[in-house]
Amino acid sequence: MKFLLNLYLNAADSSGEGFGHEEFLAAAGQAGELISAHAFADPSISAVVRVRDGVVTVSEGPYIQTSDHVAGQYVVDCESRERAVELAALIPSGQAGGVEVRPLMDSAGMEM
Amino acid sequence: MSASERLGDLLRELAPQVLGVLLRRYGGFEECEDAVQEALLAAATQWPGEGVPESPRSWLVTVASRRLVDQVRSEQARRRREATAAAREAPDADLAPAPGNESGGDQDDTLTLLFLCCHPALTPASQVALTLRAVGGLTTAEVARAFLVPEATMAPRISRAKQRIKAAGASFELPAAHERVARLDAVLHVLYLIFNEGYTASSGPDLHRGELTTEAIRLTRMVHRALPDDGEVAGLLSLMLLTDARRAARAGPDGALVPLAEQDRSRWDTALIEEGCALVTDAMSASPLGPYQLQAAIAALHVQAPRAGDTDWEQIRILYGILTRITPNPMVTLNHAVAVAMTRGPQAGLELLESLDGDPRIARHHRLYAVRAHLQELAGEYAAARENYRLAARRTTSLPEHRYLRDRAGKLDR
Repeated sequence: MKFLLNLYLNAADSSGEGFGHEEFLAAAGQAGELISAHAFADPSISAVVRVRDGVVTVSEGPYIQTSDHVAGQYVVDCESRERAVELAALIPSGQAGGVEVRPLMDSAGMEM
Repeated sequence: MSASERLGDLLRELAPQVLGVLLRRYGGFEECEDAVQEALLAAATQWPGEGVPESPRSWLVTVASRRLVDQVRSEQARRRREATAAAREAPDADLAPAPGNESGGDQDDTLTLLFLCCHPALTPASQVALTLRAVGGLTTAEVARAFLVPEATMAPRISRAKQRIKAAGASFELPAAHERVARLDAVLHVLYLIFNEGYTASSGPDLHRGELTTEAIRLTRMVHRALPDDGEVAGLLSLMLLTDARRAARAGPDGALVPLAEQDRSRWDTALIEEGCALVTDAMSASPLGPYQLQAAIAALHVQAPRAGDTDWEQIRILYGILTRITPNPMVTLNHAVAVAMTRGPQAGLELLESLDGDPRIARHHRLYAVRAHLQELAGEYAAARENYRLAARRTTSLPEHRYLRDRAGKLDR
């Protein structure tokens, strides 16, 4: 099962993010569970694109203005939700903000 | 079948045999397995141009042995450079037994290898990956593609599995008699996981993943040849064949899942059905009953009915009752509840489902909501059914299931 780990941080706490992930990276990497990793730039320099009746508008800044934002993401492939939670607990961002464990949809399915 | 497919089949068939020979000669699972992979790769590049050698098996054994010896020698050279004392002598290829002495026992080798790859020190995911590589002869890239993960993710999964086996002190020999049954259970479970991974993907765009069903059936046939009298091995093979027989009918042209009751039965594979039914019938008359035989027998009852309405639900209900007794688990109870509903009415089925509400293994699972919705629909409780189909749709992480459940809810909108 694949999971997206969203690393939420408060804007005030963002210094030092990107450090201290060694334990998580070692655990998920060595077990063959880590698929990808991304550290996000500051939300203030993002853009939001909207298309209304064929007209494209671009606005500066994040989609939702909040004090908490996603500072980075990991995608892991692991046995169960429990294991994904266990891996998320190794990420220090959980101490300042929180890590959202979000299951990804799969194209396989069983007929009922 | 194209020439390259034939070559691929031949190499996969020979892979566990060659590995078996190397393990008996030299030991060291990790090193031998790497050497066999390199020999398979060499064969896949050289044979199409130079032709298949007269004895492909000996060719692979020779090449793999050479790689292994090279590996050991370069490792020793490295150690010498590092001034480590007491370097072992490299095993000399000349001391290896003559090729004639090691024919036969190939099926036992495959079985021994399966036991090793499904070692209890490994997680199921690593058992699956290692089995596909070491016994199935797939490359790491192929295993990665089948499981939709990058090769960089799959490679450490496989190498850690090999390290764990080494750390557990497991060797290339059959498990002791007292643990044979439990270890065979683990092997069958891994084969079942491989099959399911492929089968559930077979309606989608993931062709490489769908090929896992073929691979699982091939490996299970090998185990069945090695242990023809084991009823559970026969049961699992039968279950796979009877499930795979429905593959062409399980999804519509647009990829939407078609439930069993609505499948076009003329598209089921009659040859697979015949073989699967014969297998389970023989197994059940000759061996002690087990969960795979029971599930195969249930699958047989489903596919033997000319129309959905002809299904012998009474027999199915009885078989699920026995299955619940010998391997109680919430998924079995779910299916049992459907069979109870089909024979004793939907209310009786719904009552059985209530026993699962307090079971943390399934209480929040989408299948519980889906089955409850289905039985409520049968009972004419349409509003409740719609609500539960919607809850099930929100809880599944499968795209085709989500679509199916949402459509079922939509049909109840008025």
